[in-house]
Amino acid sequence: MERIKERLLIQSRPSLLAIGCILGIWLLLACFVTSIASGVADISPADVYQALTAPNGSTEHLIIRTVRLPRSLAALMVGAAVAVAGAIMQGLTRNPLADPGILGINAGAAFAVVTAVFLFNTGSLNFYAGFAMAGAAIAAITVYGLGSLGRGGLTPLNLTIAGAALTALVSSLTTGILIISQRTLEEIRFWLAGSVAGRDMELVIQVMPYLLVGLMLGLVLGKQLTTLSLGDAVAKGLGQKTIWVKVMAAMSVVLLAGGSVAIAGPIGFIGLIVPHIVRFWTGADYRWILPYSALCGSILLLLADIGARLIIQPQELPVGIVMPLLGAPFFIYLTRSQVKR
Amino acid sequence: MEKTGQSPSQWLVLRTGFLSARLDRRVPKILLGLTLVTLTAMVWSVGQGDYPVPPLDVIRTILGLPTDNPEYGFIVNTLRLPRTLVAWGVGMALAIAGTLTQGITRNPLAAPGIIGVNAGAALAAVSLIIVFPGAPIAALPLAAFVGAFTVAILIYLLAWNGGSSPVRLILVGVGFSLVAGSLTNLMITFGNIFDVSQAMVWLAGSVYGRSWAQVFAFTPWLVVFGLLSLVLGRELNALQMGDDVARSLGSRLEWQRGWLLLSSVALAAAAVATAGGIAFVGLMAPHIARQLVGPSHEGLLPTAALTGGMVVVLADLLGRLLFAPIELPCGIITAVIGAPYFMYLLIRDRK
Repeated sequence: MERIKERLLIQSRPSLLAIGCILGIWLLLACFVTSIASGVADISPADVYQALTAPNGSTEHLIIRTVRLPRSLAALMVGAAVAVAGAIMQGLTRNPLADPGILGINAGAAFAVVTAVFLFNTGSLNFYAGFAMAGAAIAAITVYGLGSLGRGGLTPLNLTIAGAALTALVSSLTTGILIISQRTLEEIRFWLAGSVAGRDMELVIQVMPYLLVGLMLGLVLGKQLTTLSLGDAVAKGLGQKTIWVKVMAAMSVVLLAGGSVAIAGPIGFIGLIVPHIVRFWTGADYRWILPYSALCGSILLLLADIGARLIIQPQELPVGIVMPLLGAPFFIYLTRSQVKR
Repeated sequence: MEKTGQSPSQWLVLRTGFLSARLDRRVPKILLGLTLVTLTAMVWSVGQGDYPVPPLDVIRTILGLPTDNPEYGFIVNTLRLPRTLVAWGVGMALAIAGTLTQGITRNPLAAPGIIGVNAGAALAAVSLIIVFPGAPIAALPLAAFVGAFTVAILIYLLAWNGGSSPVRLILVGVGFSLVAGSLTNLMITFGNIFDVSQAMVWLAGSVYGRSWAQVFAFTPWLVVFGLLSLVLGRELNALQMGDDVARSLGSRLEWQRGWLLLSSVALAAAAVATAGGIAFVGLMAPHIARQLVGPSHEGLLPTAALTGGMVVVLADLLGRLLFAPIELPCGIITAVIGAPYFMYLLIRDRK
């Protein structure tokens, strides 16, 4: 009986999943509009539409175009980017604990930003962005280099433990700076929690190309990743040039996770959890895991960001803190009910 | 379980009554080497400080022999020795806990933190520091210990669904750690900046000012559960091959996994309660040890333990030397000396 059910599910999947994708896009749009409309100043969805298509210069429209829109756009893009980067990393390393942080990206970005604040004593969100991106890229390249120097070359295990070692090294240096300099700690602790509040349009537009290129690259790799997740030997046997897939996937992850950390600071939850949630209905096929991760990541971050604004009005919480509180109980429930082995 | 293709001379087989162990030939030499480095570092560490004591006098004082300066006794035995001993013990406990967790979950990224110990301890300790700044300092280890155990038990119970499963354990552990972590983060982001600074030092892990009281409170945990781990550790070799294989090899799976997990939680919780959240040791000491003596757990566990002890003792020494007179918590230095050492091992062994 169980086996018949399984077969039925597999056969009905592609069309069901495609319909699910379309529904997901509508849900995403609804969340996006709700995100723009909700906040301390009450604005109706109709106004949102008007402000986006035909702005009339009123205060409300100004709020929407300069404050709410960039923030919601940032949440939308960052959510999708981090989730896809996480899914790619889990496929690449074949490890359910992997997330973009495994390449040392969040740790590298945080270290670069904390060092910059410590040394130059100034800071704005746009000033952080450049350092975050650079730190992320340097960390990822270092991890790939170290991983490929190990026994057997760039195996998932080498990549994983090289990443874990570098992450440990860099984050302990970051903590060291934060302990020595209380001023740096005070200035940076809100950024370190991860948030999309107060991001301006200039920053969002600056980073958008990186995220879009990374996202395209990642989605194109879906088929290769599915093959690679069966093991290096199988992938090679099927004729795949595994080293190229690994390098392309890494480039995609650096663009996605580096861009995200530049906009929103280190946001940890999505990259780790969303691919697992998505797998509960897509199975192990990365051609579906990747687009669904993008959709779910966006929706989750938009919803969490709305929550972050509404929970203790008029105060705000960083979305990086709210998200695990909202998402983790759901995730634990899913794990309990779905993971049989 | 003898692997084919390997000469039998690679192994040392020990038999005493009801216990037997098969060790890699490299194990005794490496254990000796690690012990020597650790002892040297300890003597140096005890002699180091505002009031320096020459190495020979350190050894004489510890052994109870007379020295030229009567003050050495107080400085060495009362002030500095317990601190170094705590560093050593905590390092060993964390490393054993890490080796057990990686073995149980069959995941090289698993650290004791994966079963929520660090997250639970951190949440309890940081809450105490930031929400109740007036609380006595002696309550801190207790709170951390209770927090660690509570979260670990919750995770185990929630991951139980007609049986335990490594994957479910990992995923539920991750979910739980993220919730606890974000509550901790909340307090760090909005707490009073002076309290937050203090909390950061605790989070980083430090053995500053530890006395004999902590040594005596911590030692029983290390001895009982450390020995239990060494005895049970060889079961991990079977568990390593998957639940089905382990069962057919005669493992009493749930029973063994339960005891191993309990040992790991007890060791990690005692360590975190004593010295705060020292990162890296639990995660990386097993990998370092694997590079040194291979993956068989009889040899791996003691090697990992001594590696972890050595790393924390060296880290504590270095933390006091680097920016003297400012003291860096040893939890920050562990990765700074451990990670390059590990990367050297990783690269050295390539073929």
